[in-house]
Amino acid sequence: MADDVILETEGLTKEFRGFVAVKDVRLRVRRGTIHALIGPNGAGKTTCFNLLTHFLAPTRGRIRFKGREITGSRPADIARLGLVRSFQISAVFPHLSVLENVRVALQRTRGASFDFWRSERVLDGLNGRAVELIEAVGLAAFARTPAVELPYGRKRALEIATTLALEPEMMLLDEPTAGMAHDDVERISALIKRVAANRTVLMVEHNLSVVENLSDIITVLARGEVLAEGDYRSVSRNQDVIQAYMGSGHA
Amino acid sequence: MTATANEYVGAAAPAETGVPIPQVVAFGVMTTILVAAPFLVYPVFLMKALCFALFACAFNLLIGYVGLLSFGHAAFLGAAGYGAAHSAKAWGFPPELAILFGTAVAAALGVVIGALAIRSKGIYFANITLAFAQMVYFFSVQAGFTGGEDGIQSVPRGTLLGVLNLNETLTLYFVVLAIFLAGFLLIYRAIHSPFGQVLKAIRENEPRAVSLGYRAERYKLLAFVLSATFAGLAGATKALVFQLASLTDVHWTMSGEVVLMTLLGGLGTVFGPVVGAFIVMALENYLSQLGAWVTVVQGVIFVVCVLTFRRGVIGELGNLLRKSL
Repeated sequence: MADDVILETEGLTKEFRGFVAVKDVRLRVRRGTIHALIGPNGAGKTTCFNLLTHFLAPTRGRIRFKGREITGSRPADIARLGLVRSFQISAVFPHLSVLENVRVALQRTRGASFDFWRSERVLDGLNGRAVELIEAVGLAAFARTPAVELPYGRKRALEIATTLALEPEMMLLDEPTAGMAHDDVERISALIKRVAANRTVLMVEHNLSVVENLSDIITVLARGEVLAEGDYRSVSRNQDVIQAYMGSGHA
Repeated sequence: MTATANEYVGAAAPAETGVPIPQVVAFGVMTTILVAAPFLVYPVFLMKALCFALFACAFNLLIGYVGLLSFGHAAFLGAAGYGAAHSAKAWGFPPELAILFGTAVAAALGVVIGALAIRSKGIYFANITLAFAQMVYFFSVQAGFTGGEDGIQSVPRGTLLGVLNLNETLTLYFVVLAIFLAGFLLIYRAIHSPFGQVLKAIRENEPRAVSLGYRAERYKLLAFVLSATFAGLAGATKALVFQLASLTDVHWTMSGEVVLMTLLGGLGTVFGPVVGAFIVMALENYLSQLGAWVTVVQGVIFVVCVLTFRRGVIGELGNLLRKSL
């Protein structure tokens, strides 16, 4: 089954001046799965994401994506390989319209956009596809609305549409349902499930019902280290996990 | 030239992503005023203001659309001025080549300074650009060909393309106006191009743009070089108009003045820098009998602007009319 692994880390470690945020993490994400990364606050989940996409450089360890070493690659190049991330704080372009937000991502398929002498109307050819993506996440009515005016849940939906525009083989979602109202959580969960049909998703998530509902496999981090791994049932029964994470609130 | 410029905007008007009607109207009004102006106002003053308007538009490309505050744009204005003046006077370049050469000097300088400055942001970026501009300033003080304190004087204006005698004030005026309009429209196009769209995305949320696969630093560098190039075009033209390239144009106060113009007119607006440049130039011209007090007046205006109408004249007007100008 080793061939099935799309993303793999070995001994991934990040130290900040005397503090080890991520320690010797070995992560293997199988192609086509929804893989959740959970753990208490400060466990190193977001740091892990930043290392995988090289928004932070690891102190030690290696990262392989599709069998290719990407440990030293630049963030933009990692995105080009098909590993695209979202952010914990909703990452939209606030003063661009919903349509333009998605189109900026589609524009990447043109290659580099250094053509400052051409009219932006050459981008109109991308509108059709952009509208499709916007419809897919239920934002059709908001195409001309500046992203900043969208309610929070819709912003997250827009973010997913923008990420999808790149047709990434693998998406990294950082707390896709954080701070959302109940209805929005359900809509986004359904959306993630739908878009994960033909791609791999690695997500950090605090909402355990979302995790239970969506993920095929769960890795639990605590204090920067992998504490447990498995499906929801086995992980939720793991004594260490209950101790470190669920003991207080959930289980 | 004016007619073709109008057609250019008109042709781009339809479709949702085309030029908004208010901007087409504003462009028409601006062009009409500028064509009529030399018959009513002292043309040399107008030419000076046009050069500064182009300078401010170039500066605005960087701060308004990339969000980078350069505090060293005088380097590009001044270096291009020296380039144009020296090549016209010492090498006998005709005016079109002298302007091109001066502009190229600024562009080359933009590549070097930009490549190093673009790695930083905010106050650090402002400081690095200032430091480089000061190097250019002290180079200009020391280098022989710049004439030090005297500058390069009595630069020949020559005959443009062997046809237009630039010693005729009105001819010179319309050439300067054509250069201004061409620069203005090219900057406008750059902002409204696929490239400009990526720039806006980077300004709005750089980490997100990077996570979508855009190498932000390359886009910023190109924007920086474009800004330097148009600032250079303004400086080279100015040197031929005044037949002079001097230390004033490379001095740091010039970098400050362009910030004032852009802020006063409206940062990130299309027409703001032009209006701002004309206001600042008019103040300097009509209050010149106040001597050093002009600086104090400018300072007061700056403070009032920041405190009461932060969007600048055009920014506030656009907000009032709910139109983007």
